[in-house]
Parts: sequence; structure tokens; C-alpha cells
Amino acid sequence: MNVLVLGTGCKKCNDLVDNAKQAAADLGVEVSIEKITDLNQIMTYGCMTTPGLVVDGTLVSQGKLLKPEQIAVFFTAK
Amino acid sequence: MQWNREWKYLVVILGGFILCYWLPVEQIEALLWPASPLWEALYLVRWYAQEHVVLCLVPAFFIAGAVGVFVSQAAVMKYLGPKANKVLAYGVASVSGTILAVCSCTILPLFAGIYRMGAGLGPASAFLYSGPAINILAIILTATVLGPEMGIARAVGAIIFSVVIGVMMHFFFRKEEQEKVVAAAAMPEPEVTRPLWKVAVYFFSMVGILVFANWGQPQNSQGLWHEIWASKWLITGGFAALLALCLVLWFRVVASAIYGVAIPVLFLAFMFPEQPIIAFIVGIIGLSLILTTRKDNEELQEWFETSWDFAKKILPLLFYGVLIAGVLLGRPGHEGVIPTAWISSLVGGNSVSANVFAAVLGAFMYFATLTEVPILQGLMGAGMGKGPALALLLAGPALSLPNMLVIRSVMGTKKTLVFVCLVIVMATMSGLIYGTFWG
Repeated sequence: MNVLVLGTGCKKCNDLVDNAKQAAADLGVEVSIEKITDLNQIMTYGCMTTPGLVVDGTLVSQGKLLKPEQIAVFFTAK
Repeated sequence: MQWNREWKYLVVILGGFILCYWLPVEQIEALLWPASPLWEALYLVRWYAQEHVVLCLVPAFFIAGAVGVFVSQAAVMKYLGPKANKVLAYGVASVSGTILAVCSCTILPLFAGIYRMGAGLGPASAFLYSGPAINILAIILTATVLGPEMGIARAVGAIIFSVVIGVMMHFFFRKEEQEKVVAAAAMPEPEVTRPLWKVAVYFFSMVGILVFANWGQPQNSQGLWHEIWASKWLITGGFAALLALCLVLWFRVVASAIYGVAIPVLFLAFMFPEQPIIAFIVGIIGLSLILTTRKDNEELQEWFETSWDFAKKILPLLFYGVLIAGVLLGRPGHEGVIPTAWISSLVGGNSVSANVFAAVLGAFMYFATLTEVPILQGLMGAGMGKGPALALLLAGPALSLPNMLVIRSVMGTKKTLVFVCLVIVMATMSGLIYGTFWG
């Protein structure tokens, strides 16, 4: 599963990365987590409010710092 | 709130505050280096700690946190999306900076998004300017430190000129058909929570507390202003009661929790009528306890955490800003390292050159959140005119050299240059107008 965290580098975006890692660890699934900080790239996913979460190419959340449990939902929906 | 992680920050912040509040600057100065302007830094820090932290900054953090949590970003974004009414978009963009840009790093992605995927260059530019310019905390601190006229002028000026700037950007570049990025724009779903009027009353109660707790003593001892000042704590208490009512009726706080806070607060208010700040502090502590101990009430916890995040991020910045402003510019009536004469000659009065200079300086200098306030306070105390001061306030927070470079990567050099010039011109003009009529 390919996970991208979209954000320009403030605390919320970094926390989202941590929470995503936590969610993956809790579920025991293998995910590759990458952080995208380039504005133009962030926009190509349709994200207007950072932090954004992209799972396997689809933007599933924007503007929210999701908790690990909330992120886990997207990991299991696949 | 993960107290096991956060208690260290709380201790540092509280300890630092108490130290600054009671700092024996006079004794330190006499002992170490009498009559040096460097001590102005510590005098100014102490003044801020005593006059503005408890009654102004702390309520402001609660309000800003509440905006972040209770005002639906998604509902606002609806007005700035690709199908939005273009005229309405300008109005929304010019005021929504406070709501949308609660985390300052979201301003740039939002701007890029509105520009390419949403309502277009005009509203995006309006938003880009207004976001940092009408930051809630900044307006509140400006009003209390520099006076309500400056706070209002700043807010009004920022809103009006963000619309003007947006419209002009649209006008100058109207011939360019900007290809909207057709991405599966997953616009966040507006969550159905509480009706707008309830949120409005709730905010009104908090703003009421903030405004009346900080109501300044007027010059004459007659008239409405004075009457209000004389009973300001009674009025503040009334708003606090209104807030308590909102919390119980609409935010699922149990009445017993409110009584648990109200009784000590009222008791202390009667015991120490000359020091209402004691009752106020206990009220703040009480509110914090209510917010952090309702394990099942996620909204309240989130409210407190957001406010706390603001405090952690902003207090250190403000502290350094005050120190630097103190050293360089001193306090009104006391010189810092930079001679007053230089300041008055460069930006004193209300000449065109003074306003332009202030606007350009503001545009290129980087101001961390809120630091523009102590710096401006020092400049005004050292002879800067009110007009140039407003010019700096309007150009400063919105732009800085590093941030111009990022904007350039999104909309290109030409548009960025036009935008910067528009900001400088608008800031200069507002400064001139304000200086002429209220200077």
C-alpha cells in the first residue's frame, strides 16, 4: 500500500506521518509512507488544505490531523 | 491532552511567565550595568507579562483554538471552490483568512489550490493577502497594545484591500486563460454540527470577555466610556456567565462542573475586589480543567489542545520579538539602542515617503506571528507616525522575502511582482489616509 502525506512541513503534517506509521504498526500491514512538500505536487492530488492523506493514489482526507484509528480505516478498506 | 508529554512545556511556560512577571529589572540593572539601553528588553518583557498575557493573550488563544475547531473549514471552502459565485468569493476570501489559515503553513497550499482548482487568481490573491493580515491573535494584540483604533484600522484595512488587490490581480491578468487543474478535487464534506447562530453566540461570549476585561481607562471621568470602565468586571462576569450557559446547553458540559468553577471564582472576586485578575486566573484554570477532563467529549479536548498548540508555538516567538524590540527600540519614553531621531526622520509624521518606506520595510522584512506588535510599539514610541505604522502593519505580516519566493513558484515572477507592488501601494495609501484623519 502506498501512502503519501501532503504538507509543507509544519507540525500537523509531521504528526500525520507519525500517526500513519502508528496505524500501520497497529494493524500489522506494510505500507510505504512518503512525505510530499512541493506545493505544485500537492495540488495534483486535489488537496487544498494541508495536511492531506493519499492512499494508493486517492486523496482520502485533507485539512485534518487524523488519529491512527481514523487512518487505519483507510488501510483496511483495501 | 497527553499530560505526560505536555507537562514539561506547561512548567517551562508557567515558570517563565512568573519569572517575567516579577523580574526585578531595576535591581538587576543597578547591580550589573546602570543606564544601559539593553535593559529595555527586560522592562518590556515584564510589561507584556504583567499587562497582556493573562487578560489578553490567554483568552485570545482560547478564541483562536475555538475558531480552529468549531468553525467548519469545509463550509467556507464551498465559497472558494471552482463552482463558487465569483463575486461572493472575493468577500469570503477577504475575511476567511482567520478561519481557514489557523495553521499559518496552510496559507500557501490553500492559495495554490484556490488559484488553480478553485475560484481563480482574484479570490486566491485576496485570500493570500488577507490570511496573515487578519490573523485573529494579531488583531487582538494590536488592539490592546497599540489601541483599539489601530486594531480596527488594521482589520478593516486588511479586508478592504484584500478585495481590491484580488480584483486588480484578476483585472491585470484577465486575458490569461488559466487551465484549472482537473484533479479529483476531494473537497472535504461539510460536517453537520451545530447551527451557526449557536456558534455565533458562543464566540460572542468569549469576545465579550476579552473586550471588557481589557477595557482601558478613558481620559475623562464622565460619560459612557467611563461608566463602562467602572463596571467592566461586572460586564466581563456577565459574558463569562453567558459562556457557561453556552457550554452547558450546547457543548454537553454538566452544570456541576460549572458550579465547581463559578463558586471559587465568585468567592475570590469578593475576597479580592481590587485584584480581579486573581478571580480571572482561577476562571481560566477552571475552564481548562473542564475542557481537559471530559474524557468522552472530544470537541472540548480538541479545543483545548488547539489553543495549547498555539500558546506553545507563539509565546516563545513573542518573547523573542519583545526582547529584540525592547533592545533596539526601547519603550515609549525610554530609548533603546537605535536613536529616536533616526526613527522620526525616516518614518515620523505622515509624509508619502514615510509611508512608502514603512510599507516597503514591512513587505520585505519577516515578522514571526505577533512580533510585529512589540516592534511597532517600539517604533511608535520612538517617533513613528500612526500612518506609517498602519502601512507597516498591513504590509508586514502578509509578505516577506522568503514567502515571496514560494508565491513565485506557484504563480510566476510577473504575477508575484504585481502582487507585491499592489500590497505596497495599498499599504502606503491606507497609511496616508489613516494618518491624515486619525493621526
